[in-house]
Amino acid sequence: MKKILGLSALYHDSAAALIVDGKIISAAQEERFSRRKHDAAFPLQAIKSVLSEGGISLEQVDHVVFYDKPFLKFERLLETYLARAPRGFASFRMAMPVWLREKLFLKDLLTKELRVLSATFPAEKLLFAEHHLSHAASAFFASPFERAVVLTLDGVGEWATTSVAIGDGNRLDIVRELHFPHSLGLLYSAFTYYCGFRVNSGEYKLMGLAPYGTPRYADLILDTLIDLKEDGSFRLDQSYFDYAAGLTMTNKRFHTLFGAPPRKPDSDPVTQFHMDVAASIQAVTEEVVLRITRSLRAEFDIPALCLAGGVALNCVANGALVREGTFDHIWVQPASGDAGGALGAALCAHHLEFGAPRFVEPGDAMQGSYLGPSFSDETVKASLDAVGAVYECLSSDETIDRTARAIADGQAIGWFQGRMEYGPRALGNRSILADPRSETMQRTLNLKVKFRESFRPFAPSVLHEDVQSWFEFEGKSPYMLFVAKVAEHRRHPMRQEDKDLFGIDRLNIARSAIPAVTHVDYSARLQTVHAETNARYHALVSRFKALTGCPVLVNTSFNVRGEPIVGTPEDAFRCFMGTDLDALVIGNLYLRKSEQTVAATPGYKESYKLD
Amino acid sequence: MSFIAELWTFIRLRKKIWLLPIFVVLAFFGALIVLSQGSAVAPFIYTLF
Repeated sequence: MKKILGLSALYHDSAAALIVDGKIISAAQEERFSRRKHDAAFPLQAIKSVLSEGGISLEQVDHVVFYDKPFLKFERLLETYLARAPRGFASFRMAMPVWLREKLFLKDLLTKELRVLSATFPAEKLLFAEHHLSHAASAFFASPFERAVVLTLDGVGEWATTSVAIGDGNRLDIVRELHFPHSLGLLYSAFTYYCGFRVNSGEYKLMGLAPYGTPRYADLILDTLIDLKEDGSFRLDQSYFDYAAGLTMTNKRFHTLFGAPPRKPDSDPVTQFHMDVAASIQAVTEEVVLRITRSLRAEFDIPALCLAGGVALNCVANGALVREGTFDHIWVQPASGDAGGALGAALCAHHLEFGAPRFVEPGDAMQGSYLGPSFSDETVKASLDAVGAVYECLSSDETIDRTARAIADGQAIGWFQGRMEYGPRALGNRSILADPRSETMQRTLNLKVKFRESFRPFAPSVLHEDVQSWFEFEGKSPYMLFVAKVAEHRRHPMRQEDKDLFGIDRLNIARSAIPAVTHVDYSARLQTVHAETNARYHALVSRFKALTGCPVLVNTSFNVRGEPIVGTPEDAFRCFMGTDLDALVIGNLYLRKSEQTVAATPGYKESYKLD
Repeated sequence: MSFIAELWTFIRLRKKIWLLPIFVVLAFFGALIVLSQGSAVAPFIYTLF
């Protein structure tokens, strides 16, 4: 039994993943334990958790694999600074201390940290996998395909920013790479920064903002910032950017090109200009992804495509890819960001370093991405008793029925069940659920529960068997990674004055039978719910359908803005008491807000920084 | 010592021996920065490092 622990750490989204004989046993992000979003610290708590889920100790682990090669990354840094010297000195000054104290000596650092768990942990057990190979491995080895083209797109790893690999059985060979500073992920992040959102976490906001705008700057971007070739390869004109050796993403030339300085997050409002910029970079991103995939299909003639890397979380681009039909089958790793690198690194070692055979799972190997810790009703009771919560213990059927009825009555419910999700999305185990038929639900959830910007859309969970009658989508989207339009017959006709509205005003119009999850362009970020991977959530949505005729729920992550998704029953209770959630359901324990006797969590939303 | 050996192997395999003098100079400047600073402030807004 070969036990391999994969780690991602020290950049963003630290995580740990455990595989045993190639089977994924457990995986979790450090942020869920430390309660710091995108926590980059060494993932000690995540390691403890995944080992405990696997019922083993660190001594029993055969190898620990890190998802990145520090020397290669340092080589890129030095060559980049050298190429731009003396301009990058300020950045160099900030980077060097961290590198010369820690990151360059990563092997020692990791050994030292791991010795907290096992005093005699031998450094020889440590292996290092390349960043993009880790992403590619997380996508291919966990996919349901025997053979596939694997495309990874992100900000940057060591040198690679885009890579193409061919996966076949237990082999995975990188055949193409684009190198730093030419990066689609960094281009998108540059616009995220320019529109006043945080790089590495605000990209979702930009994507959510795009449908409010028109892509009036797309041609400008294509003419000036990016030299995009027919096969999707590209070069960015570095005279507009500052990220390679500076401390910001964009520079004055970039700001002059668009005619405005970057939006200040705290003081400047989001305007139509930012919406148009968001729409433009989204259109360009989709164009790049579509060109790359067309050329890959033509060149390799393999019908299956796997995607990973931060850009693969752009579900709007993924949706466009599905609609275009270039590939017959597409599978996206649900933990496509750096957290997923932990799993990829472990799989890399298992199949590529040790040559272990691979057994393709019929659905996929991710088990619905429910790979984190779970809590028994007894443990939950003890936790809730300790904080003075008032709860009712129901049977499983009663829990499902009561929750479905509460949602149908317009309540917002905190739903905490089973194993925690791995990856950035809540997929029905750490979710806030609500009725998508309500015209006011989007606004209510954004402003009173999540405390976030009112323009941000919510995602629907729909029974897989009903997806085609509600959305223009066939197939599976269990990880909420594809956007599709609401089915034509579910849409409401728009009056001329509604059509004439601009920007955020368009939000107030109910566009379909499920307005809370219908974005202004009729799109929705779908999650198909499958009884095979989440029977309980499937039962809940089915019960809601039986009550209302609607097989769709609003599913948003169980947190407030800036907060990591809740990890423990205590986190869930704190969030429940700090927001306007009406009820909380943990396992079969049902908590009504109106019955709670402890004081509400004071200043809950302020305790997390805006992301 | 194992660090030096690993770094040397890396430089040799990557055919980056030309980088060695630059590496030494940059490492020297870097070391100066470290020594003069007191604490290593993790810089990162943009995780390129």
